[in-house]
Amino acid sequence: MAAIKVHGYHASTLTVMVLCCLNEKEVEYELVLVDLPTGAHKKPEYLALNPFGVVPTIQDGDLTLYESRAIIRYLAKKFQGQGTNFLGSTLSEEALVYQWCEVEGQSFNPPAFSICTQILIVPMRGGSTDEAAVEMNVEKLEKVLDIYEERLSKSKYLAGDFFSLADLQHLPCTHYLVNACGKGDLISSRKHVNAWWEDISSRPTWKINFT
Amino acid sequence: LVMAVIKLHGHPISTATAMVLCCLNEKEVEYDFALVELSAGAHKQPQYLALNPFGVVPTIQDGDLTLFESRAIVKYLAKKYKGQGADLLGNTLAEQALVEQWCEVEGHSFFPPASTILFQTVLRPLRGGTTDEAVVEINIGKLNKVLDIYEERLSKSKYLAGDFFSLADLQHLPWTQYLVTACKKGDLISSRKHVNAWWEDISSR
Repeated sequence: MAAIKVHGYHASTLTVMVLCCLNEKEVEYELVLVDLPTGAHKKPEYLALNPFGVVPTIQDGDLTLYESRAIIRYLAKKFQGQGTNFLGSTLSEEALVYQWCEVEGQSFNPPAFSICTQILIVPMRGGSTDEAAVEMNVEKLEKVLDIYEERLSKSKYLAGDFFSLADLQHLPCTHYLVNACGKGDLISSRKHVNAWWEDISSRPTWKINFT
Repeated sequence: LVMAVIKLHGHPISTATAMVLCCLNEKEVEYDFALVELSAGAHKQPQYLALNPFGVVPTIQDGDLTLFESRAIVKYLAKKYKGQGADLLGNTLAEQALVEQWCEVEGHSFFPPASTILFQTVLRPLRGGTTDEAVVEINIGKLNKVLDIYEERLSKSKYLAGDFFSLADLQHLPWTQYLVTACKKGDLISSRKHVNAWWEDISSR
């Protein structure tokens, strides 16, 4: 059986999230480097796999799949019997996993990603950080994290008492916020969010990518 | 034993509520509609926030389960009622994965520029503000790039995930409806042969 091929870049946190998922599910894979700095993701060869020209994309037999959140969902289902159970045990638990996955995608990620873009990517491309934009997005993120604080005061992980896809989806962006953008106080100032972050970010399958 | 009917808290004017209503109808599922009076700020009152701390519509209650985020709601309904109505998920693991992929494309590549255009061209003026044409221009540019990719995809596939109508197509209905009507950006759709055929098809269900 051919190993799953992951087309990605080692410094892309979305690629790392997929690798983390594969490790949690104890699934073998092959990492095929897509050299972002040389624009490999915009070349015809890669666009044939993923017309949106972003990483990662996976190949599993005949299936070519992109969108990291869809990839981890596929892996969680296909390998439901082994490794970490990311989906819960009942239809209701699974529904809550998807609910908090959507919260990550629609409420957490937009402001968090904007902050990372302004602080890290804009200067890299020769521009200067728009502090007003950072301020505005920090405010939005604070409101979201207040809701997380309330939730995590009643529940060990976002969807329930089990580590799920919803928690996994938060690893990439929060990693950058805390370790590269100097916004760790957003997390550390909230008791339960902090405990949750300490827990999920110290999972060996995540940590190993940064040593 | 009386089975409780699904309760949908929402507002007809909300696109996200419209998407859940569409899904309930496709799955032939009965529901009770509980109006959340947005103009009166009902969605920000403690009673509603207890259901959905994000203070947005819709939210559903199904027995003990309270669920928000419209894309999670339709996924739950599609799974729970897999045996009835339209199958919105696909039959094989691979088909289901492609449904998820195109759902994510809708959520992260289509929805952001589409909703910004709606906000700028319709909602802002309604609230006494003025349209920021530069922002509209930028987002039309983004949407054009995304729709070019859709055009290529739909030239090879009847629907986004394959030859079956799925959640991925359903998720596009409310926003595209607004783009074509209230925002007067129908040319984005009609100028693309396969996107247009797909839109004609899914919007006439």
